[in-house]
Amino acid sequence: MAANVTTEDILRISGVNPRKCMKCGKCSGTCPAYDEMEYHPHQFVYMVERGQIDKLMQSKSIYRCLTCFACLERCPRNVEPAKLIEAVRLAVIRQQGMNHMTENDIPALLDDKLPQQAIVSAMRKYKK
Amino acid sequence: MQKIGVFVCWCGSNIAATVDVKAVANALRSEPGVVFSTEYQYMCSENGQNLIKDTIRDYKLDGIVICSCSPRMHEATFRKTALAAGLNPYMVEIANIREQVSWIHKDMTEATDKAIVLGRAAIAKVKKNAPLTAGTSPVTKRALVIGGGIAGIQTALDVADAGYEVDIVEKSPTIGGRMAQLDKTFPTLDCAACILTPKMVEANQHENINLLTYSEVESVSGFVGSFKAKIRKKARFVDEVKCTGCGVCTEKCPSRKGLNEFNMGLNTRGAVYIPFAQAVPNKAVIDASNCIHFRTGKCGICEKNCSAGAIKFDQQDEIIERDYGAIVVATGFKPIDASAFDEYAYNQSKDVVTSLEFERLMNAAGPTKGTLLRPSDGEHPHEIVFIQCVGSRCSRDASKGKEYCSKICCMYTAKHAMLVREKYPDTKVHVFYIDVRTPGKNFDEFYRRAVEQYGVDYIKGMVGKVTVEGKKLRVQGSDLISNEQVHIDADMVVLATAIEPDPTARSIGTMLTASMDTNDFFTEAHPKLRPVESPTAGIFLSGVCQGPKDIPETVSQAGAAASKVIGLLSKNELVGNPCVAHANELLCNGCSQCERVCPYGAITYVEKEVRGPEFRGTKRVAVVNEAVCQGCGACTVTCPSTAMDLKGFSNNQIMAEVDAICR
Ligand SMILES: Cc1cc2nc3c(=O)[nH]c(=O)nc-3n(C[C@H](O)[C@H](O)[C@H](O)COP(=O)(O)OP(=O)(O)OC[C@H]3O[C@@H](n4cnc5c(N)ncnc54)[C@H](O)[C@@H]3O)c2cc1C
Ligand code: SF4
Ligand code: SF4
Ligand code: SF4
Ligand code: SF4
Repeated sequence: MAANVTTEDILRISGVNPRKCMKCGKCSGTCPAYDEMEYHPHQFVYMVERGQIDKLMQSKSIYRCLTCFACLERCPRNVEPAKLIEAVRLAVIRQQGMNHMTENDIPALLDDKLPQQAIVSAMRKYKK
Repeated sequence: MQKIGVFVCWCGSNIAATVDVKAVANALRSEPGVVFSTEYQYMCSENGQNLIKDTIRDYKLDGIVICSCSPRMHEATFRKTALAAGLNPYMVEIANIREQVSWIHKDMTEATDKAIVLGRAAIAKVKKNAPLTAGTSPVTKRALVIGGGIAGIQTALDVADAGYEVDIVEKSPTIGGRMAQLDKTFPTLDCAACILTPKMVEANQHENINLLTYSEVESVSGFVGSFKAKIRKKARFVDEVKCTGCGVCTEKCPSRKGLNEFNMGLNTRGAVYIPFAQAVPNKAVIDASNCIHFRTGKCGICEKNCSAGAIKFDQQDEIIERDYGAIVVATGFKPIDASAFDEYAYNQSKDVVTSLEFERLMNAAGPTKGTLLRPSDGEHPHEIVFIQCVGSRCSRDASKGKEYCSKICCMYTAKHAMLVREKYPDTKVHVFYIDVRTPGKNFDEFYRRAVEQYGVDYIKGMVGKVTVEGKKLRVQGSDLISNEQVHIDADMVVLATAIEPDPTARSIGTMLTASMDTNDFFTEAHPKLRPVESPTAGIFLSGVCQGPKDIPETVSQAGAAASKVIGLLSKNELVGNPCVAHANELLCNGCSQCERVCPYGAITYVEKEVRGPEFRGTKRVAVVNEAVCQGCGACTVTCPSTAMDLKGFSNNQIMAEVDAICR
């Protein structure tokens, strides 16, 4: 389905250079959503570099990321994995009819423990 | 008319494959003044040089032009050739037709044309050359070593053994440096003190070595062979001659607030203290900022208890001025500040320590007498996590770390892990690593021993965060091989923090005009071929101040630096570079601009009687000290009255070259 999204697209949207990654795994060591993910932050970086965009677009992992930016904050090489994940999500949203949910679904999911930032980023992630 | 000879080199096929060397020789033969022009396969070979010599003699040449490789390669060779044939060596010019022509062009016609143009420029220049004679300057047969770690000690011992005087200036109260703080040392696990202390004592007792501890170099002037240094010997408030090092004062001192530097601040010491039992010199020192007497005028307990009468509250700093022929920088390193690593809870828990602090916790002379205890509660740790590459290999920003690999931490972490497992087999040890870098003799074997014999758990991945959970440290990291996030409840966390040059390195570099890289490590004159010399003549590099190193490498480099120093000090005089600046008194208006730009301090001014067509009388004019001038030319381009000129590279000569190129 998403065969037309290339590594170059993701790099352009995100502004990230995955070649800066030294494969230390600090992003994944940091990630609070690690166990929810099929692909972990360092794998994201590697898979984008290898051009495995389809796999990432189809994976639920991109919706498990909290956009907490811990990986981006801690990465010793300034790779910014969170931005790559965001870019893949955007690529999915830009596909016709591929919205993960509508804004009407959001109120039902809200609970008072949810940080505001997550709501903002949820809107961004799932915008129509 | 001058008689100029031209010699075009093929450099085998290096030049000849891209440049038509015969055409170049032919074209240059018709230049005015050229009486001989030829080409040859290898001008630098013995036959090539003989050809040059014979031609100089046969044709009674006044100057020669060699069209060949870069002057950096063979200028010295051809100057010697000229001298051997009785021609002043500064009547030689080189047209670089290899690096600047054959290696960068593909098209033969284009390359040949360019080679001819460069040849013409060199001919135009050599016709304006004047014979130059290099002056000589004497060599003071004494070396200054800045920094008394293992690097400085080794260099000093080697130079002193060769019969030359050496002064070691060490800023702390004792020599020994970081090595003195270590417990056992990889890869052989011999105890650091056992191998270092004898060298410290030897340095202290050597008849040619003069130790200036608790001292700093304040300024340096002069140049290779004749440096002048001003050294501040800080007041110890203890008479070094009278003090016997008995240590009574250090025990009686009621102020116990000073952090013990030697133990990385893990415990405290008195205001009067001896850094450690084997300190050299073994003399007490008073830290005035913690001393009750200096704050209130009272106390004086040390003074009352010192049977040698060595306490001198009124002692003043002393300024020592001495001359040196050579200066060795051996200022070493310090671990970076781990507080920037909030994610590892360094500031939140005392049980998160740096590796150097860990050395002290394992050391028999350390705050816990060598029993490994948690700094927070003095309990024995049962699970320890080591994190490698903390602040190394980091390209984020300077506050977060260094881009380079610190080189020693893989090995010392393996050492720490192994020592813990050996001493406390009940303790679990994990090491998080990105790579294990062990390129050294017996190094990989050492690391494998930690894994295979001592059962150290190496986990490939980085720790993301450490959080304090009650008495435990919760370590969350990734295990890249099993593709899992791991969580370990540890009792201690040890950070293998990056190392960086001593914070004083930058000011020492500026003082000596010795160049440094962006990380403040000193730069060598050539990274492969001149690794222990600074590009500034007479300044040598020893130890970690030049780049991360372990002890074996430090000691080899220290010996190499010593051999360069000995080579210099063994000369009675040095031949200078005659291509130095010179001020035309008639044009100079004494504005001082050249003095401000000269990086070597070679320019001074004198009031002088000057007689010229436009001016007669006394005026202030610039004078260049030819022994100090390095011929950089900064002054010549700065001078607003075109009074400054560089011998061998005068404005006149450069213009002649440009004219020849544009013709
Ligand atoms: C935790 C740790 C463990 C290690 N374990 C090992 C090991 O097991 N085996 C091994 O081979 N290596 C080990 N090393 C490396 C070893 O410590 C260094 O290779 C060695 O200390 C380098 O010596 P140096 O003389 O260059 O520098 P330093 O030891 O840093 O000495 C420099 C000296 O210069 C003085 N100084 C600095 N600036 C000035 C100034 N401006 N004026 C006057 N004096 C100045 C300092 O006070 C210091 O005394 C370890 C390092 C660390 C951090
Ligand atoms: S931004 Fe996403 S991937 Fe990065 S640490 Fe947070 S949850 Fe994990
Ligand atoms: S933290 Fe940065 S360098 Fe390390 S694996 Fe993740 S993206 Fe790569
Ligand atoms: S100052 Fe006096 S008391 Fe202190 S160590 Fe020296 S001799 Fe002993
Ligand atoms: S030596 Fe090892 S621990 Fe130290 S920075 Fe290099 S790779 Fe990391």
